[in-house]
Amino acid sequence: MTEPAIRLRDLRKNFGRTEIIRGVDLEIGKGTRHAIIGPNGAGKSTLFHLISGKYEPSGGQIFLHGEDISGKLPFEINRQGLSRSFQVTNIFPRMSVFENVRCGMLWSAGYRYAFWRLVDQLRDLTEESERILEEIGLADRRDIPAGVLTYAEQRALEIGITIAGGADVIMLDEPTAGMSRSETDQAVELIRRISEGKTLVMVEHDMGVVFDLADKISVLVYGELIATDTPERIRGNKAVQEAYLGTAEEAEEMADA
Amino acid sequence: MSVIATTGAATTRRATFRRLAVWLVSAAVLLILPQIFTSGLAVTVMNQMGIAIVFALSYNMMLGQGGMLSFGHAVYFGLGGFFAMHMIDWVDQQLFVFPIYLTPFMGGLFGLFMALVIGSFSTRRAGTVFAMISLGIGELVAALSLILVVFFGGEEGVSGDRTTGPGIFGFNFLQDIEVYYLIAVWVLVAVLFMYLFSRTPAGRMANAVRDNPERAEFVGYSQRTVRLISFCAAGFFAGIAGGLFAINYEILTEQNLNATTSGGVLLMAYIGGIGYFIGPIVGAVIFTLLQTVLSGYTDLWVLYVGLVFLATVLYVPTGLTGIMMMHVPAWRLGRLRSLVVPYLTMVIPVAMLFCGLVGLLEMFHYRNGAPTGEVEMTVFYVTVDFTSPLPWAVFTALTLAGGYLTRRLAPAVAASFQAATSYDAKGSSA
Amino acid sequence: MFELILFSILNGLVYGLLLFMLSSGLTLIFSMMGVLNFAHASFYMLGAYFAFTMSGYIGFFPALIIAPIIAGLLGALVERYGLRHVHRYGHVAELIFTFGLAFLIEEVVQFFWGKQLQDYRVPEVLDFTFFEMFGNAFPAYKAFMLLVSIAIFVLLFAVLTRSRVGMIIQAAITHPNIVAMLGHNVPFIFMATFGVGSALAAIAGVIAGPVLGTGPAMAFELGTIVFVVVVFGGLGSLSGAFVASIMIGLIQTVAVALDVSVSDFFGLFGMSFSPDDFLVDVWTITLPQIAPIIPYLMLVLMLIFRPQGLMGKRES
Repeated sequence: MTEPAIRLRDLRKNFGRTEIIRGVDLEIGKGTRHAIIGPNGAGKSTLFHLISGKYEPSGGQIFLHGEDISGKLPFEINRQGLSRSFQVTNIFPRMSVFENVRCGMLWSAGYRYAFWRLVDQLRDLTEESERILEEIGLADRRDIPAGVLTYAEQRALEIGITIAGGADVIMLDEPTAGMSRSETDQAVELIRRISEGKTLVMVEHDMGVVFDLADKISVLVYGELIATDTPERIRGNKAVQEAYLGTAEEAEEMADA
Repeated sequence: MSVIATTGAATTRRATFRRLAVWLVSAAVLLILPQIFTSGLAVTVMNQMGIAIVFALSYNMMLGQGGMLSFGHAVYFGLGGFFAMHMIDWVDQQLFVFPIYLTPFMGGLFGLFMALVIGSFSTRRAGTVFAMISLGIGELVAALSLILVVFFGGEEGVSGDRTTGPGIFGFNFLQDIEVYYLIAVWVLVAVLFMYLFSRTPAGRMANAVRDNPERAEFVGYSQRTVRLISFCAAGFFAGIAGGLFAINYEILTEQNLNATTSGGVLLMAYIGGIGYFIGPIVGAVIFTLLQTVLSGYTDLWVLYVGLVFLATVLYVPTGLTGIMMMHVPAWRLGRLRSLVVPYLTMVIPVAMLFCGLVGLLEMFHYRNGAPTGEVEMTVFYVTVDFTSPLPWAVFTALTLAGGYLTRRLAPAVAASFQAATSYDAKGSSA
Repeated sequence: MFELILFSILNGLVYGLLLFMLSSGLTLIFSMMGVLNFAHASFYMLGAYFAFTMSGYIGFFPALIIAPIIAGLLGALVERYGLRHVHRYGHVAELIFTFGLAFLIEEVVQFFWGKQLQDYRVPEVLDFTFFEMFGNAFPAYKAFMLLVSIAIFVLLFAVLTRSRVGMIIQAAITHPNIVAMLGHNVPFIFMATFGVGSALAAIAGVIAGPVLGTGPAMAFELGTIVFVVVVFGGLGSLSGAFVASIMIGLIQTVAVALDVSVSDFFGLFGMSFSPDDFLVDVWTITLPQIAPIIPYLMLVLMLIFRPQGLMGKRES
């Protein structure tokens, strides 16, 4: 049996006395597309922050390709081949779209903190950045500041920065949040293309997207995983229906009120 | 595909050529300047400008490029200068042989070293904490400079003789004009390298960390290391500027590393525009002119500089360069000419407001400080009797009328600017 | 020795509480608005100058009330028409704005009052010796300063913990967005905080002017120490600012009083140094000489070993 891309062992996180993640065990196999779903406040984003190193776990361990990364800093984890996007768009607003993507690949291309090489002469970087811009559909926005892009374009750029470094584990935090139907469809196609042959972990609220893309789904409720299974079986899972749909109805009621 | 590739290569080649041309023209301008401005004063001012340009650009490597606001950048300028001054002294005492014209480089290395030491803990954070640490370190070093007499020379500072040591092409830097050419070469080289730094991976990531430190961490970069590298580079070039200062003035004192100098470089960079590479150059030129020329006319020049600075922060955060750059779209669209008339109509009221205010301030200042019996003052070639109510009335009227007209005309000027720069205005369809 | 310690502690308290009067306002403004007001000490200076000029006409005690009110109103205006305008450009721009303001206020003060030190004296009513011990006199004015500082401290504490306004301020410090949702007029609270903070600084200026000197450099001299205090105590922490103020106040006063040099210190261990050593400057440094730089040394050490400050929770 091969080592899973990500393995969580009894992962815990509390803020003060509030427990947000309460002992999560999970294995995400290499090359699978794994979605994490759950009602609002279940701790999905916190789980993402823990794996990517934004938060330090209060207990438990995280393994990336079998290596313990718990407590490591975000940039160290990124260098080990894990790249993530953010729910709230997180780009370099005053730099050009092209430069945003290029910044995403500088480290992994091995240029590190070099102050003796000129970026404009690194043809490989330029070509690869342009290929990614083409892929995310922003080639014609190449030279404008990222901060003035439309919301959907910024979401696409967010993904572009995330995949630029060629990481083999990609984590997307609500990649289609706030998008229209047609924009979502485009985003799904994009995600399908870019995650080809890679491990994809994503948090997503849009069930259409989840069941369309995911090979496996985990359901997180109040900081605990209540199920991890294939989409068909999750659909039929009683506990999931109760926990998830129950609160979803509540959420709808609250939205109506 | 191949067509695209060749045109791509052609554009790159053209861009490279254009960039090269900019540097060649700059070099030519530096070479010709002393032929145009031949007076001794002009050479002094230009030398000071050159030093200020390197210093302000080094400052902007932190503020504009890296998002680090420092209130203590003079530390690296001063320490580099003191070290270079000592080098000159050591050469003079024949401890070793070293060409004087290279001492700025040694000053730079010393600045780099100090930046490495101090930056190792101060660059942990950006923002407010970084700013306060830089202020604290600045005060610390300024106070220490009066205590550690061996290195800083106490109140008198350290002085030396730049004509010592081996010369170059027969120059021994006895004349200011020889120093001018030395500074010009150093400015060109330093500016070139500072520009190139901004185009390296480290320089690009400095921008990225400025924009969004968190995101930079998630693409593999430690924000702290990125900042430290910019900080050290800034210290290095500030040290070079300090070394040039040592050669030019042959003396360094506590004043060269205290808070006033640190504040001055912030003013220069900001007034010029921290968002553009050439911004600090513009700022350094203008600030030096104010400092040397305006101070000859009025005691109140610092007050005026302060007013200009505050107005820049409030109304033109992109600085003077930002104002120039605002007009690039209009120029590209060929509509700059449509702005001439609106701007000219604006000139008169603004000039009235300006003259009125300056007149009032100067008269008040003279009345406060004039010896008894003195009733006349001359400022900017105008002589008035500040005890009679007439000039007061005239200047007040000028201020009020100028202010009123400026307010009235501003919307129209703004509208014509809008029309000249927006793509969808009529006329753009052609 | 005893009298030295007693007087140092008293003087240190006077100075420390004065620092707190400035650092408390600075901390409140920082916690609520996220801006470290570089011009804070400028209001301290304005307080001193206003009181100096006014006391010539209306006497010291009315000036003690009116000068801070004027300074506070000026502060509110600065917030309303300056800071709020710059806010959209971000915190660095705000800091640069307050720096420019400090620069300008210094120039404006010189414009009206000139570069020289002003002859701002202790009011005659308070110009006597409060008590004498071992031949050392403790002036009544210092006792008065102590009294005013403590009164302000108690008042501030009471307002923050007991009153409704205090509750809102505390809530605004920890959860700035929630207060807006509760329907409180946050822009007004900001303006008021800035005004009150400036007025507090001005009170400090009114009472410290006659003792520490009233001149155009006074703002920068004390201002940098106050910044050290708030960073040392932990940005945004009132209790940290209090402890740091008293600590730095005491340490600086005691350091001035103890006339020992570095070589004296090593002499205790039987080491001695020749006077033509290259590091002669280091060995002959005396404590009073380095008293002014002690706060900065403390700042550097704190930042190396505990970057969030004495009681700070925020990571900037």
